[in-house]
Amino acid sequence: MEIDPFIFRLSIFILSIFVGYYVVWSVTPSLHTPLMSVTNAISSVIIVGAIIAALSSDDGVVFSSSSVYGFLAIVLAAVNIFGGFLVTQRMLAMYKKKKKDK
Amino acid sequence: MSANLSATIYLISGVLFILALRGLSSPETSRQGNLFGIIGMIIAISVTFLSVDNFTSGFIYVLIFLAIGGSIGAFIAYRIPMTAMPELVAGFHSLVGLAAVFVAISAFINPEAFNLGTPGNIKLASLIEMTIGAAVGAITFSGSVIAFLKLQGIMSGAPITFKGQHILNALILLSIIVLIFYLCSTQSSNLFWILIAVSFLIGFLIIIPIGGADMPVVISMLNSYSGWAAAGIGFTLENTALIITGALVGSSGAILSYIMCKGMNRSFFNVILGGFGGTEQSSGNKNIEQRPVKSGNADDAAFLMKNASSVIIVPGYGMAVAQAQHALREMVDTLKKNDIKVTYAIHPVAGRMPGHMNVLLAEANVPYDEVFELEEINNDFVNADVAFVIGANDVTNPVAKTDPQSPIYGMPVLDVEKCKSVLFVKRSLSPGYAGIDNELFYKENTLMLFADAKKMTEEITKNLD
Repeated sequence: MEIDPFIFRLSIFILSIFVGYYVVWSVTPSLHTPLMSVTNAISSVIIVGAIIAALSSDDGVVFSSSSVYGFLAIVLAAVNIFGGFLVTQRMLAMYKKKKKDK
Repeated sequence: MSANLSATIYLISGVLFILALRGLSSPETSRQGNLFGIIGMIIAISVTFLSVDNFTSGFIYVLIFLAIGGSIGAFIAYRIPMTAMPELVAGFHSLVGLAAVFVAISAFINPEAFNLGTPGNIKLASLIEMTIGAAVGAITFSGSVIAFLKLQGIMSGAPITFKGQHILNALILLSIIVLIFYLCSTQSSNLFWILIAVSFLIGFLIIIPIGGADMPVVISMLNSYSGWAAAGIGFTLENTALIITGALVGSSGAILSYIMCKGMNRSFFNVILGGFGGTEQSSGNKNIEQRPVKSGNADDAAFLMKNASSVIIVPGYGMAVAQAQHALREMVDTLKKNDIKVTYAIHPVAGRMPGHMNVLLAEANVPYDEVFELEEINNDFVNADVAFVIGANDVTNPVAKTDPQSPIYGMPVLDVEKCKSVLFVKRSLSPGYAGIDNELFYKENTLMLFADAKKMTEEITKNLD
């Protein structure tokens, strides 16, 4: 009997939860705020679904009832992607070690 | 591009996202980690573009909308002050939630585009995944909006409670499950819209009873929800990158919520059921007795610190409110010039989100190797001469260790009272968030400095010279 592809996706999902568990515990507490902003940015990979949704209408029609939601989702996810990664970068750039020549 | 190839590449971007989080284990590797995350995102978006077969005019619109959102995001990222980071993160969570809802709606209206079947006849598994993604996304959205309004001060940070609140919430949650069940058996679009509306409502109701200082838990929890919503949509779209990311973010948020709850010695349910601080406040005020406190001015504080050999600084949310982090760094610089050893002690729940204080200190150019977590530094208070408490309150209250009747009993606190002398910057004697008096105020070795945190710090610096 063939295995349902859903089972494979479920396996990836469960294993990723465990990977996430161990990776996040190793994050230093002082970087918890950047952790939140970067997880925010990467969860916006949902834009992949938004792009498919935006291009879902039939030929010749750009804005259909289903594609409009896709376009809206693209804008929201894009705000998050750019905002999330850039603000994380801005924060991380501020974490400096003690200057030795002082 | 073949489906197998694109699936493989999505997997690569998923791995890059794991590396992005891995990088945050230390500040040195964190910047590289962020780069991995950006590359992962570029790969994921490019693959999606390449797997689109027909390049219609809609494609141009996709790029336009991407650019619009991107510029808004970049603008916000560069302009936002570091003190507003909790609001920003809450706001961003709401966007992820809403995006998940929109993608689910689009997939429900036009399932053919996603290979999920035809309208009214969507594959059962996909429909379940889609509705769960939409419901969790909607809860994330409305919950984050409330958290944002509370953090921004547009809405009062005080918990909003009413009679029968918990029963109402439980009924609504139950109705969501029933709705999903009926939706999946009838494929009715009316039920789909009702489900989304009800989910928006419950997200709103869950967050309103939670008070301002519990926001670290709330933000972490919503972070987790946004991940689960993304994972739900990932299952619908059969997209590995999205499934991996959803799982990562979901578990990340859950761990942060756990750490925050532990920092307050409260169970997750205790926080979520909310209302903390509201009821205790009235009972705490019953025994108002004017106990003597010693108060001093900037001159006294400067004198104490000048004669100290080591000083520990305990920042809290008040420092963020007063924007005192730069003034504080200047004061510390002056102290260091006088060969006084200065370190910073950060409580896990100081501020309004995990790591809030660390970011503010980093912004003020405080080197991160001078900043310590509670467990690392708590034994050092005994040997320190001066503890300088600026904007923190409940996290220093010795009552948490001594009085089993206290609402904060058992919460890990900084052993500030063990210092030779304590300088406590505060605007008034009013109790902190937990609504209880801080025993520290009345200790023999405590000197209260009643003033705005920033002004006081600046004055001390002047007096140090």
